[in-house]
Amino acid sequence: MNAPQLPAKATTGLTLYGVEMTSRMLIGTAQYPSPSVLASAVEASGAGVVTVSLRREQARGRTGERFLELIQALGVRVLPNTAGCHTVKEAVTTAQMAREVFGTDWIKLEVIANDDTLQPEVFGLVEAAAALTADGFKVLPYTIEDLSVAERLLRAGCQVLMPWGAPIGTGRGLANPYALQSMRAYYPDVPLIIDAGIGAPSHAAQAMEMGFDGVLLNTAVARAGDPVRMAAAFARAIEAGRAAFESGLMGVRDMAQPSTPVAGTPFFDLDRK
Amino acid sequence: MTAGTRVEVRTIIVNGEAVMTAAATLADLVAERGLGGARVATARNGTFVPEKARASTLLFFDDHVEIVSPRHGG
Repeated sequence: MNAPQLPAKATTGLTLYGVEMTSRMLIGTAQYPSPSVLASAVEASGAGVVTVSLRREQARGRTGERFLELIQALGVRVLPNTAGCHTVKEAVTTAQMAREVFGTDWIKLEVIANDDTLQPEVFGLVEAAAALTADGFKVLPYTIEDLSVAERLLRAGCQVLMPWGAPIGTGRGLANPYALQSMRAYYPDVPLIIDAGIGAPSHAAQAMEMGFDGVLLNTAVARAGDPVRMAAAFARAIEAGRAAFESGLMGVRDMAQPSTPVAGTPFFDLDRK
Repeated sequence: MTAGTRVEVRTIIVNGEAVMTAAATLADLVAERGLGGARVATARNGTFVPEKARASTLLFFDDHVEIVSPRHGG
């Protein structure tokens, strides 16, 4: 694989359900032009977690086994999703099937309100999160940037929240940065991962500069002209944004202020016309 | 109806399609579809059926069965 050279995997200080992450990037596995491009892009991303799903298996198909072998060869943690589920029962059953097939109790919980916006159905989301937590799952819910929903999800047992930046697949970036900033400030100690809506590395950098703990994305990489280079671009943007956050960003001012010292300016005593 | 006394063919819904089958149990159905030993998960009428319970899960007319496997996702 001709993946660009990236620094060796290291720990990041991000812990999800007791597991130390090697990267703050989580990446989806859908929509790539080929399995080999998928594998190279995941490698270039440096992501330690990839999202996967369950779909109906054709008679005599065994398509799932080939896909699973491909993913297992990447040596990353899998995060099965419940994409496409619209009800609590669908989501819970899908999660249970995913746990058996993928051998993990981690689940990216999606309960979708409608197909045009793919927005979370938050009442069902909370109910499903509680049911799955009681059944031993480690739930990572795809949610909205709403504090009351966040509160319910945390009370339901979620130890990680994944607010959307914008609806899945739109690439619009952080549609409501004010509310996301509020969420970050309100829950300084809860791992918060921006999930969905990220279209450009600058969006990911913005999320990280705001202090989010990670970014989960898929389409922006998979549908890029060169997914492998785009994956590397996102990896750098996420690292840069995190470094900026940890370094302390300057505040914003209304008035200009010279960065060069004023004292000793030549011609300072001349009368300017 | 007692499973095993004679072969009964019935219609069930598998992955959204009507299927005529002689399978008496979910395990039989999975095997009949060439998926015995494959990495699949199953549900019957919306409820998860673990692999170890497939052999004891009887199928009835008009049951809805889902047989799923790992796939790419976001």
